[in-house]
Amino acid sequence: MDKHPEVLLELNAVETWHGSLRALSDVSLTVPEGSITVILGNNGAGKSTLLNTILGVLEGQPKNGQISFQGTRIDRMATERIVRSGISYVPEGRRIFSELTVWENLKVGAYVQKDQLSTKKALERVCDFFPLLAERQSQAAGTLSGGEQQMLAIGRALMNGPRLLLLDEPSLGLAPILVRQVFDIISQIRDEGVTVLLVEQNARMALAVADEGLVLDSGELVVAGSASDLVDNAEVEELYMGAPSLPIK
Amino acid sequence: MLPQVLASGLSAGSIYALMALALVITYKTTEVPNFAQGDMAMVSAFIAYMFLTDFETGFIFAFGAALVFAFLLGVGFEVLLLRRMRKPTHLNLIIMTLGFTLALFGFAGWKWGADQRQFPFPVSANEVIRFGSVSISTLSVATILIAGILMLLVFAFFRFTKLGVAMQATQQDPIAARINGVPARAVVGLTFGISSVIGTVAALLTAPLITLDPTLMWDALLKGFAAAVLGGLNTPVGAVLGGYLLGVIENLFGAYISVEFKSVVAFLIIVIVLWFRPSGLFGRHHERKV
Ligand SMILES: Nc1ncnc2c1ncn2[C@@H]1O[C@H](COP(=O)(O)OP(=O)(O)OP(=O)(O)O)[C@@H](O)[C@H]1O
Ligand SMILES: [Mg+2]
Repeated sequence: MDKHPEVLLELNAVETWHGSLRALSDVSLTVPEGSITVILGNNGAGKSTLLNTILGVLEGQPKNGQISFQGTRIDRMATERIVRSGISYVPEGRRIFSELTVWENLKVGAYVQKDQLSTKKALERVCDFFPLLAERQSQAAGTLSGGEQQMLAIGRALMNGPRLLLLDEPSLGLAPILVRQVFDIISQIRDEGVTVLLVEQNARMALAVADEGLVLDSGELVVAGSASDLVDNAEVEELYMGAPSLPIK
Repeated sequence: MLPQVLASGLSAGSIYALMALALVITYKTTEVPNFAQGDMAMVSAFIAYMFLTDFETGFIFAFGAALVFAFLLGVGFEVLLLRRMRKPTHLNLIIMTLGFTLALFGFAGWKWGADQRQFPFPVSANEVIRFGSVSISTLSVATILIAGILMLLVFAFFRFTKLGVAMQATQQDPIAARINGVPARAVVGLTFGISSVIGTVAALLTAPLITLDPTLMWDALLKGFAAAVLGGLNTPVGAVLGGYLLGVIENLFGAYISVEFKSVVAFLIIVIVLWFRPSGLFGRHHERKV
């Protein structure tokens, strides 16, 4: 894998609290430009908290530490400004606007686009990725199937032409064939120059497309390395990839 | 007789529809009715009155000033009072709107007294136009037209503009709106401003009909509330249709059954809807986000 030396996103000793619970302690990491970086970890490890912290969704967090994006500090910025600076987010549970149509959802995704032309271009690109969304454009988003809603959530996040895309468990609840498709799309998105930071439970699949990998455990970063190192890491294998492959072919 | 009744119903219904729309717009954001809606509009109507009588400005200036004031009052109410509440429950929010309405009512009583004042208006409630067998006052015609046009504009705004769509998104899920780059806090403030302006248009059309005093919007608020319940608190279009329907039903009831009990109709409608179709005639049941 060719490595890009530029660091797009950098976290330095980040600490996030949920009330009296320290959900992230002393997390430092870098996301190289043009890479797919995957974050693994058990339920409750703090993966979603990490993405929410980056996007500034949590009131008053991070409590300590710095986050910079393209060399600019974003850890005290309002979420909408962070988005405007080029980060998009597909949150846990998709959070599409179910009463709005597919097209209106995408339009909200393009909120920070400056003009109609760039919105139109983004829309064409999203429709190339997800032809199905084009067919369903005037359907209420709440009536889409779970898989279709996931496509919409990813499409919506692409509408503002991000440089960094945060994805929280995009494969959750999808049929195996769709899971593969989602990972294919994530690779394509990366190949088009968008850097991806991905939270996944589906470790095997995620590491197969990822360039870099991180493991969170109880709010602490315990492993960081290239994706192939993580695949070879026995501990990671045991903890996050289930039992070693069964003798059945 | 029927066309005449329908015309009166439509005119009254226009006011109810405006109030219902104003209520629903903020209801969708906060999930509680803004009980201060009526008195915010009443105070704004007094602002217009002050300009017209004390400062002797023209109608356009006075009404414009009232609408600007209404907008700022709506935004201010959200930004300075509602937003500062810490993790408010629905009951807390309702109490805040009730408290605000008491304050506004008290203020209006202190500043302008309880006298019923003639409210100057470009067209009159007594000047009648005839359409065949129907006679209708120029004020009613103006009410129907202005309310209709305003509501069409509001719907077009919500449906076709980027900000309008973002506002709907914010109503459904403010956090999801924010992570798409929508400045959700500002948008919520704006929602209250727009709602307050719509209510104030209703007040400016009501004042010339029934004279101006601090109780100006009591009836309209309750009827607007009934209309919104009838049509569906979650659907702006439904609430507006509910407003027209309530106006017509009320006038039919008054004409054919009993004038004395005309005002009971709204209450009966609330009871029947809540018994049999709590989401309203045009509303959908849908799960609330958790
Ligand atoms: N809003 C909140 N208030 C209080 N505690 C929270 C909140 N959100 C998360 N937590 C706690 O913080 C810890 C990390 O949660 P987080 O959602 O980040 O985990 P996760 O790694 O995304 O888990 P999962 O894989 O199940 O999505 C958990 O112990 C969780 O209970
Ligand atoms: Mg999570």
